[in-house]
Amino acid sequence: MRSTTLPAADKDAPELIDAVPVRHPGRWAGAAVIVIFLALLVQSLATNPNFRWDVVWLYLRDTRVIQGVGWTLVLTAVSMVLAIVLAILLAFMRQSDNPIFRWSSWTWVWFFRGTPVYTQLLFWGLLAVLYPKMSVGVPFGPELFALNTQDVVSAFWAAVLGLGLNESAYLAEIFRAGLKSVDKGQTEAAEALGMRSRKIMWRIVLPQAMRVIVPPTGNETIGMLKTTSLVLAVPFTLDLTFQTNALANRTYLPIPLLIVAAFWYLVITSILMVGQHFIEKHYGKGVDNVSGARGPVINPAAAKAAAAGIDEHNPPKLSGGATAVDGEYIEESGR
Amino acid sequence: MTGTKELVRIEGVHKYFGDQHVLRGIDMTIGQGEVSVVIGPSGSGKSTLLRCVNMLESASAGRIYVDGELMGYVEKHGRLHMLPVKEIARQRRNIGMVFQRFNLFGHKTAMENVMEAPVQVKGQSKAIARTRALELLDRVGLSERANHYPAQLSGGQQQRVAIARALAMDPELMLFDEPTSALDPELVGDVLNVMKDLARDGMTMMVVTHEIGFAREVGDTLTFMDGGVVVESGPPREVIANPQQERTQAFLGKVL
Repeated sequence: MRSTTLPAADKDAPELIDAVPVRHPGRWAGAAVIVIFLALLVQSLATNPNFRWDVVWLYLRDTRVIQGVGWTLVLTAVSMVLAIVLAILLAFMRQSDNPIFRWSSWTWVWFFRGTPVYTQLLFWGLLAVLYPKMSVGVPFGPELFALNTQDVVSAFWAAVLGLGLNESAYLAEIFRAGLKSVDKGQTEAAEALGMRSRKIMWRIVLPQAMRVIVPPTGNETIGMLKTTSLVLAVPFTLDLTFQTNALANRTYLPIPLLIVAAFWYLVITSILMVGQHFIEKHYGKGVDNVSGARGPVINPAAAKAAAAGIDEHNPPKLSGGATAVDGEYIEESGR
Repeated sequence: MTGTKELVRIEGVHKYFGDQHVLRGIDMTIGQGEVSVVIGPSGSGKSTLLRCVNMLESASAGRIYVDGELMGYVEKHGRLHMLPVKEIARQRRNIGMVFQRFNLFGHKTAMENVMEAPVQVKGQSKAIARTRALELLDRVGLSERANHYPAQLSGGQQQRVAIARALAMDPELMLFDEPTSALDPELVGDVLNVMKDLARDGMTMMVVTHEIGFAREVGDTLTFMDGGVVVESGPPREVIANPQQERTQAFLGKVL
């Protein structure tokens, strides 16, 4: 074991341990295998003519494809907004004192989570067959006016209903878990201050629940983006997957058009991930933005470490003294 | 310190949690400006009693009046009618509460915690609420911590912010539910000092605590509860120096 001393500033400084680290040959071997496979992949992508990169490049900028991207985005956004509004309502109802509210919320989740989204999309597409006319009137009484279902629930809205209602069931569970994650003491403290239930929910509980709600909801949004590829069940025919499939069938070149579709889905997902990062940061207020730098350090050990300019989470090697058990030096485990 | 006006009146209060009979007929009064300290072993029902006063728990039997107003109900034609939530919220505005676990709003800074109720409940302007919040934080010795989040404050500091938050509503009565029990021993003193200041300024306080020293020094009345009943009550120095009941003697023998 070699030894070094601290900079001249401190003459009494202990000898720092400067030990030879444990070698990890397995890691090196694993990394080498991965690099070899990556090289093979890149080589095949570059040399295999069947990828038809020229066709990929051509259709990547095709108007029909770009419009498909647009419709996919609109479908995702509108369905998610519908799902979020419903999910908040469902989560509140589930917490209600009213047993009818609790029961309806539970049944909704049971039904829409329990049947495939594809089936639900087919159903909403066929709504006009089931109910050709929609009318407004007194329940069980006279009718005021009627409309053709086909005109009201167009393919687009059928797709939104199918995607949104299905998603609301999953989001309701996410929201419920989020609301439950907030300590009951927060509600009690707000009640004791004389706040009303609605204000307590919107100003105290929900903002803190968002920390738990946002990450899985981001996940669900990305899921929704890709689930929109099922809307041909309605049938809704303007989304990205339908467009690239149609082009593939026309040109007899399915592989380059699959790559085109995959490229755009990846681009949107990446943008969504950036958005999620900022939303998470916003709702992490008071938890994630709290580091020793801004406020006082509470943990005394951490305070000492901070005073000494040491990163608590990444401590330097033990300085001075060695721990011995049965005459053997304890190995510093890898962090 | 005890004023003539009666602020809190607890009459024959019982509380059941399922089969558990937690409070078994409690009678108690607190005069304006009085500091009423309640002690007792855990499970004696003292915290439940305190929570009944501001309706965080509703009593199963008996009545509680604060400032002459029956809490949680209105009496019409000889029957009690439950008050709607918004009326209960109104009643609570006069009563500040400090919790064992602080319960500061984690997503708000100390300042925002103190401003929340005046702005959201009383409809005070933010500018006025901010000035007042700074005054209150200064009073509890934390004005320079105003922009810190609860997670950046020590337990003692959090509890002092919680006291400032309760005071921001200008309550007539302050309830303290074991305010120092979750604190490291060296932080207890700061919180007790703030409470002593409050008592000196004439605040009416009901304090559930294990701090016998505080009871002796600041309390006007000391009530010892055990098994859901008031075992003994009186001037703190007398009760502590010369407990009449065997159970009080046994309890004090353990904590002193």
